[in-house]
Amino acid sequence: MKARRKFILWVAIVYAVLLAVPAALGVLLVVGLPLVEQEAFLAILSERAPALAFAALILLFVGAGAVKWLFDEYVTAVHALAEQTGVVLGANAELRVTTQGGREVAEAAAAINRLADAHRALRQDFELRAREAGARLKEERNRLAALMSELSEGVLVCNAEGRILLYNERAKALFAAGEAGATVALVGLGRSVFTLIDREQIAHALEKLQRLRQPGAAPPTTRFVTATAAGRLLKVRAAPFGDSAGAVAGIVLALEDVTGQLDQEAARRGLLQALAAGVRAPTANIRAAAENLAAYPDMDAGRREQFVQIVAAESKSLSQQLVAALRQYADALKAQLALENMQALDLLGVVRQRIGSSLGMASELDAVDEELWLRVDSFAFVQALAFLAARLRDRYAVQSLRFSARAAGGHAELDMGWDGSAVASDALSLWEDEPMQIGAEQTPLTLRDVLERHGGEVWYQAAEPGGRGTAHFRFLLPAGEAATAAARAAVPPIESRPEYYDFDLFRDSGATQALQERRLSELAYTAFDTETTGLEPSAGDEIISIGAVRIVNGRLLKNEVFEQLVDPRRALNRESAAIHGIGAEALEGQPVIERVLPAFHRFCEDSVLLAHNAAFDMRFLQLKETSSGVSFTQPVLDTLLLSAAVHPSHADHRLESIAERLGVRVIGRHTALGDALLTGEIFLKLLPLLAMRGVATLGEALEASRETYYARLQY
Amino acid sequence: MTKKVLIADDEPNIVTALEFLLQKSGYEVMVAHNGDEALQRVESFGPDLVLLDVMMPRISGYEVCRRMRERSDWRHIKIIMLSAKGREAEVSKGVSLGADLYVTKPFSNNELVGKIGELLAGA
Repeated sequence: MKARRKFILWVAIVYAVLLAVPAALGVLLVVGLPLVEQEAFLAILSERAPALAFAALILLFVGAGAVKWLFDEYVTAVHALAEQTGVVLGANAELRVTTQGGREVAEAAAAINRLADAHRALRQDFELRAREAGARLKEERNRLAALMSELSEGVLVCNAEGRILLYNERAKALFAAGEAGATVALVGLGRSVFTLIDREQIAHALEKLQRLRQPGAAPPTTRFVTATAAGRLLKVRAAPFGDSAGAVAGIVLALEDVTGQLDQEAARRGLLQALAAGVRAPTANIRAAAENLAAYPDMDAGRREQFVQIVAAESKSLSQQLVAALRQYADALKAQLALENMQALDLLGVVRQRIGSSLGMASELDAVDEELWLRVDSFAFVQALAFLAARLRDRYAVQSLRFSARAAGGHAELDMGWDGSAVASDALSLWEDEPMQIGAEQTPLTLRDVLERHGGEVWYQAAEPGGRGTAHFRFLLPAGEAATAAARAAVPPIESRPEYYDFDLFRDSGATQALQERRLSELAYTAFDTETTGLEPSAGDEIISIGAVRIVNGRLLKNEVFEQLVDPRRALNRESAAIHGIGAEALEGQPVIERVLPAFHRFCEDSVLLAHNAAFDMRFLQLKETSSGVSFTQPVLDTLLLSAAVHPSHADHRLESIAERLGVRVIGRHTALGDALLTGEIFLKLLPLLAMRGVATLGEALEASRETYYARLQY
Repeated sequence: MTKKVLIADDEPNIVTALEFLLQKSGYEVMVAHNGDEALQRVESFGPDLVLLDVMMPRISGYEVCRRMRERSDWRHIKIIMLSAKGREAEVSKGVSLGADLYVTKPFSNNELVGKIGELLAGA
């Protein structure tokens, strides 16, 4: 519109000049002449008025044509050139400017392209150096992140405002929803730690740490126990860290799940209390009767018999109580046996060392499959083997043992053999039910308990007649997986880890500035997209999928995404199904929108919403405000409007067109998450272009969006 | 005058032993096997001291103790609570409800007789 008005103005000016020149000439000529000649001149003029008017019309077309040519060749061309140059400078260094303008403009374009080449070369050189310099830092950070993710403890590091700037997978898992799908707060970069752990608890910890801090001494730590939304109990160890000026810059929280430990502790205490209560009464009865017997030796025979009977009956009850309590304790121990993957060779190494040192027995290894892994509680299983070895030594004078192990189907066969005497066929079945004792060491567990816990078996095989083979006990145990290989495979490659931290959040000054005045580059965003049954929310179309990704400090956090299919409770229409490719069967059993939106709302907490053609998606969300109970009141930015603000001369602001223009690779389009990721990437490319137009803060971006033509579109 | 002791416990073995012990120690002894019976015997027998087991069917020893302390004409009766539970909280509860002594099972016969003697001598 602007260009058109400019064009009309120029045509008017040129035309005015074209008319003014002959008119002025005429006036100059006429002014000096005598009156008669002037009249004659005017008569000639009026006589030729149609011809003059025609000439004036011709002049109009000539003038307009000339202006049009000049505009096309120079004005519009230069304008387009400027826009393209802006893109080269701000977003896509690979782009080269082209022009349909005049020769001079073409020369300028060529010069700009040479400049762009030089600029790119310079930038590449600069980037290379920056990369090299940054690589070492990044490697160290990655090492830190790798270290963190290997920790069995959860770790959260927050700045002084409580914003998370580093976390590990374990911490994320500790705060995850329980099986009941309870509503939970989210762990994420830039998110507030106070949604996870009560603000008062952390404030109290900080206050305590401040008091404990002494100059020159190691930084203090403090502990507290907190409950997560999903009902886990976490032991939190908190330690502050200071900045160079000595003030508290943040706090490191190490988290340990103690839910199970506390349960076990309570069970043990309960067992002890029950035992004490159960034992006291019979003991009291025995003691009272026995002391009577001792104190009054001359009591009559009937009375004496009565007290002896009491002692006998109560003693029996007492021993039953004890047996029951020990049984319970053994069950508790059995439940605690922790199965882990272990190489058969390693396990047998421990066994041999054990029976050598505590029983003084020799042993050797026969064939042991080196690739064989077992799934065992190594401590209990070594105890079991040592127990059998002790029995063999004590009852059958066996002095040396030999071990072998091999795979057998899904199980592992482990043989403990010896030369010489055969054992009685029922010896093993008797030993199986005895509490295991090895030398002075005793446990309430039996061999049967250990085997049951492992889902294993053991039997006795005598030596074959003719002296071939040896007598042995054969264990059948569950085979395990090669633990280190599996563990390595499960850990993502190091490159995907850096998104667990963002130390730039240290410099965050968010709390002190109003949102509108904050710089676009330092805000947290949720880029999102929805797929729907159709294009008319007010006519009953519904959301069937929401995808979202967070942007913090100018980084797209691909580890922090939201992706959820939604049951629309209505039929899908064929045209839209052709776009998103989601079939009705995929939506079966998915949660309804009223359940999904509250979760999505929590995901968007404290962030600016970002969508392409946001009005469309927002309309769907707004229509569900009442039924879902959540409303999205945060500021919304629209990449369509921002693109139009940056490139007003382009008419095409579809997502893929912008992506192409800005050099963003398009993958996974028309899935909600795919489009959300694309929207996020485009937004990050738009930021420098917006900055060149003086749009740096959120308030300015919202204002620029309002001004663009598309803002008037309403759904 | 011979002092009177009421034994309230639902376990016959301890009752038999205590009954014999206290008779030998020169007391007049009466037995109750549950809380209801204990309260009736306090009324009819008028003991100077009650040995009260905490864990009794129907009305617990705590409740018997509480009700006894509500009657001003029974205030002089000494109460020794006997219990197989021995947590501090339970001891505190017994004493708060008005027991003169809380004895945890098992106990020594001599000590118990000694304590009974002390309590009744002070009365």
